[in-house]
Amino acid sequence: MNTTSQETYNYTVVRQFALMTVVWGVVGMLVGVLIAAQLVWPALNFDTAWLTFGRLRPLHTNAVIFAFGGSALFCTSYYVVQRTCHVRLAFGPLAAFTFWGWNLVIVLAAITLPLGITTTKEYAELEWPIDILIAVVWVAYAIVFFGTILKRRIKHIYVANWFFGGFILTVAILHIFNNLEVPVSMTKSYSIYAGVQDAMVQWWYGHNAVGFFLTAGFLGIMYYFIPKQANRPVYSYRLSVVHFWALIFTYIWAGPHHLHYTALPDWAQSLGMVFSIVLLAPSWGGMINGIMTLSGAWHKLRTDPILKFLIVSVSFYGMSTFEGPMMSIKTVNALSHYTDWTIGHVHSGALGWVGMVSMGALYYLIPRLYGREIYSVKLIDLHFWMATIGIVLYITAMWISGIMQGLMWRAVNEDGTLIYSFVETVEAMHPYYLVRFLGGLIYLSGMLLMAYNVFMTVARGKAAEAPVLAPAH
Amino acid sequence: MPDFVHPFWSWYIIIPVVLGLVFCVVLVYLNTTSKPPGETETTDHVWDEDLEEYNNPLPRWWLNMFYITLVFGAAYLLLYPGLGSFPGFLGWTSKGRYDNEVQAAEASFKPLYDAYLATSLDVLEQDVAAMGTAKRLFATNCALCHGADARGATGFPNLRDHDWLWGGEADAIKTTIAGGRNAVMPPWESALGQSGVEQVSEYVYSLTRDPINPALVAPGQQHYNTLCAACHGPEGKGNPMLGAPDLTDNVWLYGGSLGAIRQSVALGRNGVMPAFEGQLNESQIHLLTAYLGSISESE
Repeated sequence: MNTTSQETYNYTVVRQFALMTVVWGVVGMLVGVLIAAQLVWPALNFDTAWLTFGRLRPLHTNAVIFAFGGSALFCTSYYVVQRTCHVRLAFGPLAAFTFWGWNLVIVLAAITLPLGITTTKEYAELEWPIDILIAVVWVAYAIVFFGTILKRRIKHIYVANWFFGGFILTVAILHIFNNLEVPVSMTKSYSIYAGVQDAMVQWWYGHNAVGFFLTAGFLGIMYYFIPKQANRPVYSYRLSVVHFWALIFTYIWAGPHHLHYTALPDWAQSLGMVFSIVLLAPSWGGMINGIMTLSGAWHKLRTDPILKFLIVSVSFYGMSTFEGPMMSIKTVNALSHYTDWTIGHVHSGALGWVGMVSMGALYYLIPRLYGREIYSVKLIDLHFWMATIGIVLYITAMWISGIMQGLMWRAVNEDGTLIYSFVETVEAMHPYYLVRFLGGLIYLSGMLLMAYNVFMTVARGKAAEAPVLAPAH
Repeated sequence: MPDFVHPFWSWYIIIPVVLGLVFCVVLVYLNTTSKPPGETETTDHVWDEDLEEYNNPLPRWWLNMFYITLVFGAAYLLLYPGLGSFPGFLGWTSKGRYDNEVQAAEASFKPLYDAYLATSLDVLEQDVAAMGTAKRLFATNCALCHGADARGATGFPNLRDHDWLWGGEADAIKTTIAGGRNAVMPPWESALGQSGVEQVSEYVYSLTRDPINPALVAPGQQHYNTLCAACHGPEGKGNPMLGAPDLTDNVWLYGGSLGAIRQSVALGRNGVMPAFEGQLNESQIHLLTAYLGSISESE
C-alpha cells in the first residue's frame, strides 16, 4: 500500500454527516412512531395543533427522507467519491457549507412544518425561502462532488459514482421545477402550476424523489459497501452499465401511476403504467449485482452482521421494486390506491432498503472514520434482528389492512349500496394499526441501539486521519 | 398554463416514447453475449485498494424479463391511449368505461328502486329490506355530518327530534336532501355593539329560561323587534321558509348557553346542507325520507 505525501481524505465532513444520519434517523423514526400511535390512540395528539397527525406526518416524511436519508447520502457519497477517485474531496469549505446548510434546512423544516407552514405539496412541503436554501446547498453539493470527480487520479469512474452523480443532477432538476412558486409572503407561496398540471408535476417530482433520491443514490451506497464488506468484485460491470442507463431513463416517466383514475388524461396514465412495468428489470439489475457479488462468499452472512444488513436491504429493494410495478398496473391500482397497501409498500422500501443499507454502510464507516473497532458487534447483530422483525411486522400489517380496506371500500350490496360505511372500514383497521405501531417501535428501538453503539465508539477518543491512497495501476 | 392542443405536442410525446423503448431494446441487445457466466476475469480496473468488477454476462432470465416488459409496453401503447393523441386500437377511454359501469349498475338496480319509488312512505317505513337499504344510504351519505345515529352534533341538526328547521313534511325533507339548504344568520356585532349583543342575547336566553341579568331583557327585546323578528318572528317561533330556528323550544343547533348565543348574535352562523341531487336518485331520496320517519322518536 503506497501513499502520497501527507494528503489525507476529508473525513471531517463525512464524520459530521455520519453522526447526523444517526441523530436524524432517531428523530424521524420517533416522529413516525408517534403518529403511528396517534392512529391507534387518537387522543395522543393532546388537542394541540402542532402535535396533530396532519402537522407531524410531513415532519416525519421530511425527517426520514431528507434528514436521515439525505445525511446518509452526503456522508457516503463524500466518502466514496474521494476514496474511489484517490484524491481529497474538492472544495473543503464548500463541503463544510453543505453540512451546515443542509442541517439548517432540516432545523427550519422541524420548526415550520409543525407550525402549519406548508406548500401542501407532498415531500415538497417546505416554503419558498427554505426551497431556495435547499437549491443553493444542492448546487454546492454538485460542485463538491463533480469537482472531486474532475480531479480524480484514476481514469475510470467507479460505478457507485455514476449513481451518486445521476442522483445529484436529477434531484436538482426535480427540486427546482416542482418548487416554482409565486411568493405572497415569507411563509406562503402558490405553485405556478394549476389543477391537473400541478398534480402531474408534483408526482413527476414525488416519484422521482423515490427513484433518484431513495433509489439511485442508495444504489451508489450499495455498489461501494457490498463489494467492500464482502471483499468480492462486483458481479457484472456489463449489468451495471445496462441497468444504470435503463433505470435513469425509465424512472423519470413513472410518476403518473400516482394519478391513476384521476383527471389526468388517459394517455399520461398509460405511459406512467407502461414505464413503471418496464422499470422492473432495470431495478432488479441492481439487486442481482448486489446479491450475486456475494456468490462464493455466502458463508460470511453467518458471521458478519454488517453484510446481513446490506444483503437483506438489497432483498427488500428487490421485493419493493417488484411490488411497485405491480401496483402501477391500473387494475391492481384500482384496489390498492389510497389504501394502507401504499404505506406498506413505501415502508418496505424505506425501512427495508434505504434504512438497512444506510445502517450497514454506517457500521462499516464509523470504525474506519474514527480509526478504532466498533464498541459492540453483538449490538449490531441485535440491531439487525430488531430492524428485520420491525419491518416484517410493519409491512405485513399494512398489506393485510390495505387489501382489506380496498376490498371493503368496493364491496357492494345487491341494492347497489355500500356494504361498509367509511367508519366501519376505519374500525377494521384498528388492530393492524396497533401491529404497525409495534413494528415501528421495534425498528426505532434498534435505531436507538445503533445510536448507543456509535456513541460508545466515537466517545472513546480522537478521530484518526487517513492518508490518500495512490491508484493501484 | 396553456392546454397543449397543437398537434406538435402529440409528436412531442410519441417520439421520445418510441425512441425510449427502442433505446432500451438496443441497450439490452448490444450487451447480450453468449459467454457463459461464472468466468473469473475482471475488467482490470481497481479502485480504493481492492474494489474490482467481474464482467459476467447479463443473466438470461433477466434479459427475457426485460424483453417481455418491453413487448408488453409496446402492445399496450398500441391498444390503449398513450402515444400522444393516438387513441389506441381498442378505442378505450376511462370516461367510456365509467359511463358503461354506471349504466350497467343503474340498469340492474332500476326495477328495485322503481318499485320503492312507487310505494308510499308509510308502507316503506314498515318494509325491513327497504329500511335496510335506506340505513346504508344514510351511513354512506349522511352520517358524516348528522352522525351514525342521526342525532347530529353542534352545527349539525338532530334528525330524530321533530324539530325541523326547514319543515318536516315529506316534500320539504325531499327538497332539503335534493337541493341542499343554506341558512345564513348575519353577524350583528358591528350594528349592535358589544352591549347590544349582550342585551339581545339575554332576551333570547330569557325566552326559554330565567334571565341571568334581568335588566338587559327589556332593551334586548327592543333590539330583537327591530333586527331579529324579521326572520325569527315577533314571538321567536322561527321561520321554516328561511331555516330560521325557533328560539322558544330550547333546541339549540349551535349551543344554548349564554356565551354560545352571544357568539351566534355577534358573529353570525352559516349552516350548509349540500345538495344530493345527482348523487342520490329520486327513489333513494324517497327511501331516506321514509327512513327519517322510521327513526323519528315518539313525541
